[in-house]
Amino acid sequence: MNIIEIKELHKIYDESEVKVHAVNNISLNFEKGEFAAIVGPSGSGKTTLLNMLGGLDKPTDGNILIDNTNLHKLRSSELIRFRMMNIGFVFQAYNLIPVLTAKENVEFIMHLQNKNKKEREERTMSLLKAVGLEGRENSRPSKLSGGQQQRVAVARALASKPKFVLADEPTANLDSKSTEQLLSIMEELNKQEHITFIFSTHDQRVVNKARRVITIEDGKVISDIRKDVESDSK
Amino acid sequence: MIQSIAWRNIWRSPLRSGIIIAAISVGMAAGMFSATFTKGWMNQRLEAGIETEASHIRIQAPLFDENYDLKEYIPDTESLITSLSSIDHVNGVSPHLVIQSMIASAETGTGVKIVGIDATAEKSVTNLYSKLGEGKYLEGIKRNPIVIGRNLAKKLKVKLRSKVVITVQDADGNITGGAFRVSGIFDITNGMYEEGNVFVRKEDLARLVNMKSSTTHEILVHLDDTELIDEMAIQLKSQYPELKVQSWKESMPELGYINEIGNLYTYIFVIIILLALGFGIVNTMMMVILERIKEIGMLMAVGMSKLRVFSMLMLETVMLTLTGGVLGILIGLWATYLTMENGIDLSMYSEGLENFGYSPMVYPVLEMESIIVIILLVIATGIIASIYPARKALKYNPADAIRTD
Ligand SMILES: Nc1ncnc2c1ncn2[C@@H]1O[C@H](COP(=O)(O)OP(=O)(O)OP(=O)(O)O)[C@@H](O)[C@H]1O
Ligand SMILES: [Mg+2]
Repeated sequence: MNIIEIKELHKIYDESEVKVHAVNNISLNFEKGEFAAIVGPSGSGKTTLLNMLGGLDKPTDGNILIDNTNLHKLRSSELIRFRMMNIGFVFQAYNLIPVLTAKENVEFIMHLQNKNKKEREERTMSLLKAVGLEGRENSRPSKLSGGQQQRVAVARALASKPKFVLADEPTANLDSKSTEQLLSIMEELNKQEHITFIFSTHDQRVVNKARRVITIEDGKVISDIRKDVESDSK
Repeated sequence: MIQSIAWRNIWRSPLRSGIIIAAISVGMAAGMFSATFTKGWMNQRLEAGIETEASHIRIQAPLFDENYDLKEYIPDTESLITSLSSIDHVNGVSPHLVIQSMIASAETGTGVKIVGIDATAEKSVTNLYSKLGEGKYLEGIKRNPIVIGRNLAKKLKVKLRSKVVITVQDADGNITGGAFRVSGIFDITNGMYEEGNVFVRKEDLARLVNMKSSTTHEILVHLDDTELIDEMAIQLKSQYPELKVQSWKESMPELGYINEIGNLYTYIFVIIILLALGFGIVNTMMMVILERIKEIGMLMAVGMSKLRVFSMLMLETVMLTLTGGVLGILIGLWATYLTMENGIDLSMYSEGLENFGYSPMVYPVLEMESIIVIILLVIATGIIASIYPARKALKYNPADAIRTD
């Protein structure tokens, strides 16, 4: 079953004199539990696509259906609520609230969702454990390494039990060891919680981990390859 | 959680927040101290006005104070005094014979209000007797003693025991006069009162104008509890509908306004300071928001509504402002505490003040009301100053905010 259906999506930036057709007629479907990478050269439209998918930006044309909800037909207040309840975000940087500890950052969205204290604490601690940050829950982001900060961000994205997680170049600022760790954590959580991950990247090692690789260039999908040969599990 | 984020955000740049907090606290310390100072000053004036001049309640024949007609006296004064004295909480009753007259010394003359009193009774309603700089209260001189104010003594160039001549119209409309000798000179802070009021024995004055010594134009009533004045005035009004009963607020309305004018002055002063500080606060918050565009974009992306972002920024501004405000109020209270006992001597600067009844020694007085009003004004400033910067923050769309490099 598709949880995301992208239909004939276009995004044209025309604020400046040169029009940029950043996303040019993209149609894609995602199923529950996918672990998909979007790759492509710089300026190919990855961020633009992910932002529209996350409801952060409006398409010029086309539709995005998430569990049959037309994302851009929502009023802006409904859209914010929809994002909070259904979509987890991991950005390249500036993911965390600097004045909150790791634990508080993870709890933050559950606060917005008015989850009770017991539920919040349990979920937070189990996620921090899953991302390997047990013992660091009371550190503020400035006291954590870049890799640790991204792991907190992943935990935060999952805390609200979203339908899917969007990660725009989550490893761009990380060294190879941290990249490796973050990817295995994401993979693990993807399997355990059965949550769809869609992430963009430049990094070939990250691409290798993905079970589906969508390549875009000049705003168009040029290949969409599923690696369904997962012989080790199941 | 939003409160705690807002509070912690203030301390992300301690220097910047510290500077604006310091500015607010200096301003509010000035505001708070000005409030207690003004209050003290006004209270002193009020108390002097009531206890020395007006007493608590005045009862007159209804038309008397319109033209000071001698014949507008209160009938049957004695039984009235007896029944007034027997009322609960009344601890002083003093009848007056009041005449507008001319007073002259060998040098010069002027118009005054001459009040005929019974010294003993008068001591129970005003404390003027305790304000004599020289001489005694209608004692020590056998015939026609008179007590005058310091300013009048200066104006007439008379001293203790000097002779002055009073000229009045008597009950039959004839001009008549009498010689009096200064038995005492009173010093109060109200120069105009010193110049315009003189006191003689009631029987001396009555004899001069050919009336019975029991003739009374007004009666002053003093209570043992100032809180009861308004209530008592209402009670007496209904009890004696044929007479004009007035509390001090009505008989000396300018005294009643003193408090309100004092408060108004203080609040206008505080509002002006806050207005100036408000620009500094707006500026600080604009810097804060520019620095945090990406963070605010991220918050909106992950599900924080505009309303929540707005209230978070507003809360931060109010907390910042309030921190400075509370600090300033504490400093102001501390300054009040230091000066409350010994007062502040303004005599160096206050040549003219005494003429209006203001003492050159000021003892600041603390009132809860001014603290509350100042805190509310500070909060209001924080709210108003946050609106523009916080709205600015909401203009960004989360995608742009995250992208901005
Ligand atoms: N706000 C904008 N206004 C105008 N043009 C934009 C805007 N954002 C992106 N673009 C343009 O749209 C195109 C796609 O940009 P996008 O950021 O989506 O690429 P990307 O694949 O994420 O690149 P990178 O790998 O460098 O992150 C680029 O040509 C870019 O210059
Ligand atoms: Mg990008």
